Amino acid sequence: MGPSLERNIARTLLITVAIAAVACEREQRNLGQSQSAAPSAFVADVDLQPGPTFISDTSEGPFDDNAYNTAEGQALFEEMNCSGCHAHGGGAMGPALMDDQWIYGSLPNQIFASIAQGRPNGMPAWKYRLNNKQIWELVAYVRSLSGLTPKGARPAREDHMMVIPAPNQTPNAKPKNSSLPSASMFP
Amino acid sequence: MHSLFDPSSPQARAVAGLWWWMLAVGGTVWLIVIVAMLWAAITRRQRRLSSDLVRLDDTAHVRTERVVTIASGITVAILIAFLAYDFTVGHALAQHPLRALTIDVTGHQWWWQVLYEDPDPSRQLVTANEIHVPVGVPIQFKLRAADVIHSFWAPSLNGKKDLIPGYTTTLWFQADTAGRYRGQCAEFCGLQHAKMAFYIVAEPKPKFAAWLAAASQAPASPSDPHLVYGQRVFLSAGCATCHTIAGTQARATVGPDLTHLGSRETLAAGTLANTRENLLRWIVDPGLWKPGVHMPAVPLSPPQQEALADYLESMK
Amino acid sequence: MTAPPPHDHTGLPADMTLTDDAVAREAAQLDSIWRDGRGFWGWLTTVDHKSIGKRYIITAFLMFIAGGIEAAMMRTQLARPENTLLGPDRYNQIFTTHGTTMMFLFAVPIMTAMGLYFVPLMIGARNVAFPRLNAFGYWTYFVGVVFLYVSLFANTGPDAGWFSYVPLAGPQYSPGHRVDVWAQLVTYTEIAALCAAVNIIVTTFKMRAPGMSLNRIPLFVWAQLVVSFMIVFAMPAVATGSTLMLAADRAVNTQWFNPAEGGDALLWQHIFWFFGHPEVYIIFLPALGFVTPIVETFSRRPVFGYTALVMANITTAFFAFGLWVHHMFATPVPELGQSLFTAASMLIAIPTGVQIFCWIATLWLGRPELRTAMLFVLGFIFTFVNGGITGVMLASVAFDKQAHDTFFVVAHLHYVLLGGGVMPLFGAFYFWFPKIVGRMLDETIGKIHFWLFLIGVNLTFFPMHILGLEGMPRRVYTYLAATGWGPLNLVATAGAYIIALSVIAFLYNVLKSWRGGAPAGPNPWNSSGLEWAIPSPPPSYTFLHVPVVHSRHPLWEPAVDMPVVTGLRTDRREVLLTTAFDARPDSRHHAPGPSIWPLYLALCMGVMWIGSIFSPYFVLIATGLSAIGLVGWALQSTSTPGTERVATGDAVVELA
Repeated sequence: MGPSLERNIARTLLITVAIAAVACEREQRNLGQSQSAAPSAFVADVDLQPGPTFISDTSEGPFDDNAYNTAEGQALFEEMNCSGCHAHGGGAMGPALMDDQWIYGSLPNQIFASIAQGRPNGMPAWKYRLNNKQIWELVAYVRSLSGLTPKGARPAREDHMMVIPAPNQTPNAKPKNSSLPSASMFP
Repeated sequence: MHSLFDPSSPQARAVAGLWWWMLAVGGTVWLIVIVAMLWAAITRRQRRLSSDLVRLDDTAHVRTERVVTIASGITVAILIAFLAYDFTVGHALAQHPLRALTIDVTGHQWWWQVLYEDPDPSRQLVTANEIHVPVGVPIQFKLRAADVIHSFWAPSLNGKKDLIPGYTTTLWFQADTAGRYRGQCAEFCGLQHAKMAFYIVAEPKPKFAAWLAAASQAPASPSDPHLVYGQRVFLSAGCATCHTIAGTQARATVGPDLTHLGSRETLAAGTLANTRENLLRWIVDPGLWKPGVHMPAVPLSPPQQEALADYLESMK
Repeated sequence: MTAPPPHDHTGLPADMTLTDDAVAREAAQLDSIWRDGRGFWGWLTTVDHKSIGKRYIITAFLMFIAGGIEAAMMRTQLARPENTLLGPDRYNQIFTTHGTTMMFLFAVPIMTAMGLYFVPLMIGARNVAFPRLNAFGYWTYFVGVVFLYVSLFANTGPDAGWFSYVPLAGPQYSPGHRVDVWAQLVTYTEIAALCAAVNIIVTTFKMRAPGMSLNRIPLFVWAQLVVSFMIVFAMPAVATGSTLMLAADRAVNTQWFNPAEGGDALLWQHIFWFFGHPEVYIIFLPALGFVTPIVETFSRRPVFGYTALVMANITTAFFAFGLWVHHMFATPVPELGQSLFTAASMLIAIPTGVQIFCWIATLWLGRPELRTAMLFVLGFIFTFVNGGITGVMLASVAFDKQAHDTFFVVAHLHYVLLGGGVMPLFGAFYFWFPKIVGRMLDETIGKIHFWLFLIGVNLTFFPMHILGLEGMPRRVYTYLAATGWGPLNLVATAGAYIIALSVIAFLYNVLKSWRGGAPAGPNPWNSSGLEWAIPSPPPSYTFLHVPVVHSRHPLWEPAVDMPVVTGLRTDRREVLLTTAFDARPDSRHHAPGPSIWPLYLALCMGVMWIGSIFSPYFVLIATGLSAIGLVGWALQSTSTPGTERVATGDAVVELA
């Protein structure tokens, strides 16, 4: 068994190295903090703009295929009391987030704009409370609720009462109400 | 002080006594076994592998049988003594005092929320990471976990108790001497398990009462314009989204309560000494000191950072 | 009493001079029947317990090296306070992989692998009872090894500890697939362990040489038998916990461990430690099985207290299932319950103590010769007794609440596992390497290896006792300078490097001796077991003639005219089955030959377990693929006749 054993070990090692070279984006833990945002001013200036808005700065996000950042977004969603209006994504005072209807667009940068700048009828502008990285994390979680992010990166159930189906069991979805190209065509 | 070797409560002293006794007996047993082994290996040693077998000797065998039986008997006796001593200590530790100061501790990733119970809810005091207790008074801790399992452990005062989601556990001790006792989370709880420490500050009763009274008061509103600016930064830049400062609009409970932060000796659950420089560094990039920490780096300009740090440090 | 010179046991094949044409023809005939197929295909399809055992031992030892490298990385990180070599993310993956590797991929597999290789040799069998199951077990284990390490290099190494406590390891606090890797890996390495256990149990009960009644089984085999029963009872607990509960909680959102939906976070700890505590003894008891033959051989006398040793083995196995809660003394367990588990934890020290006393008595009554294998046994007692005594201390609830989850426990468990598991294992390597390879390991390098290892282990782990009592918790990636833990940590790190040096010395010794060591001959130590009656390395058919046994030490107390079994067919793989207690000839069994289906099925299992992490559909796909394999396996079985009873008056019975 000597030489063939050695050959087999060599083969296994080769495969391992090959896979290691394609390290897994899903499992990355981005532990560094947001550094790029400019100092904030203290005058609330909600841009009241209908329709989709594009944010061109995508240096820190989106985190669609990163499980860790999506989970951080999940935690922020609770901590920032998003459920107060969006009711765990099911919708109440604010629109539902787990359906396929998107008033201001379903793309990561559109949702980023909605969170950062706020929207009419009560959505606050979060850019004065959260840094860009946190907003991108929320974007990833919000998109996971309706099955827009890769399945492997979506959160499973939380350690709370089950009020919505866990995002990892939500079917992959295509958003309606959007003439824009599908999310997969964007970074 | 954070060591079994420096017990400062009747509870920790009882365990330390048990430890020294077990060490003495266990060490003696180990020594006897090792000496017996080495003695046999050295004195009966032969240099060359021979094919001859040892001639079996019945008298020697019977004698050895007796020795082994006695040794086993002594083992059993020692174990029973161990057991009796352990039960005595364990039973004493398990007795809860009837009247005790009750403090609720909730473990979060990676800090400790502390609440002093009071029949009047408005007089309940909430703080974080630093627990003041009076000397000579039994203290009961009610332990809960907000996310994952943690373990509350101040070695000089008592053993540890886990904080488990879905359970409320209890632990009590009575500090004998005034001092600062370090404690640390002992159950692996994620990225910053290593930096989840707390301090127990034991003080004489009058001093503790004074501290409690002071800590229960909301800090005075700042009058210095620099500090007023710092407070405005705190309230509008995102800090208030997670933290509480009594007497202000900041009422969030996501992160530690920062009322009277200036009076604490450490920052970030025992990670940094509480100095103005450290506080500034911490605010600028918490992830540098505790990678993975849930507190974000808030984008602030240097004057804003300085005003914020001065404001927080001003609340003694 | 004098041992006869090796050439005296007439009838035993090792001593037969193969000049006799008939014997040579018979040997050639048997070899053509029993040997592995040729080339790479033969390597993949072998069902020979020696080939499989050897590759099992090699793979598991490679895992020991991998786990050791991880340990060295951790020790380097902890060498000084606030070191930044490994961040918390990397450190958590490394320490989890270290624990998982050492427990699931090194310690248990290497102990069962030693059993799979040597049990048939020691009881006079030509193969294990279920050869294809044996191959399947190895391949399953191999898939697990590859899976864990590929995952680690793909930044998907598990990071919630080898114990994976929920909720930290649950769906909310461990996003991604890292913990899924752990949960599924654990399950299918447990399947490998179960395959080995079932095999060893049936092999021991049904395939012993005629005359080897239960009271004549070597203690090595007793230990393997007892441990196999422990595996059968312990492993299903963790397989259930990790796959049916933890992985299901994470993948399909069941609620086993979610208190808000009626689950319970403590449930996991009970299930895990119900397996986790016996696991320690599953590692430790086979190691005690290695000790006895080494002590006997180098003391030149039968071991003192055979019956006591067997009873101690069995008692330990029983008690091992009754003390898992001592891992949970810091959780809310009622005081009375704690007392029960304290008492049980102390009780288990008694059988272990008795075994140590018996070996020391054997030294006293014998004339010990300090070869490397024997030195490792002395090192084992030296180190292990220390670990045992700290174990008794930890059984005390009051003390455990201080020491639990600190470096004191790290010190204790490494004293027990390195002292009680790895030291006897190294001793066993020095003792049986000549049997497996046919060449001796170098004694001088061996002694260097021993001393470096002994010093390294004690230097690394002794300071940890003090660190723990000074308040240093386990599983921390760093500590502050102000804690004062720096100097002792530095000492521990230096010790870890010494251990690394000692293992390098051992590897050098193995590589050097594999090709150029002194030829060993059948029985280099003048030892007593049946495995020494055959050539080294053993031929494919192991025993030319199955021996008939008349005592516990067949080569030391041979019958005047030692008979052998001659009635077995040489034109097919025929083995003799004997009765479970007295080992009287019972039936002839036609053992299966090489097969590719074990490998195929193991790969299907791999597809199922690994795929299930990503999508439940892989379970369906893999079930379909496995069905093909099972049909192939079954067809191969039916194409050959099974068992036929041995008739009275048969040549086999007459001779036995």
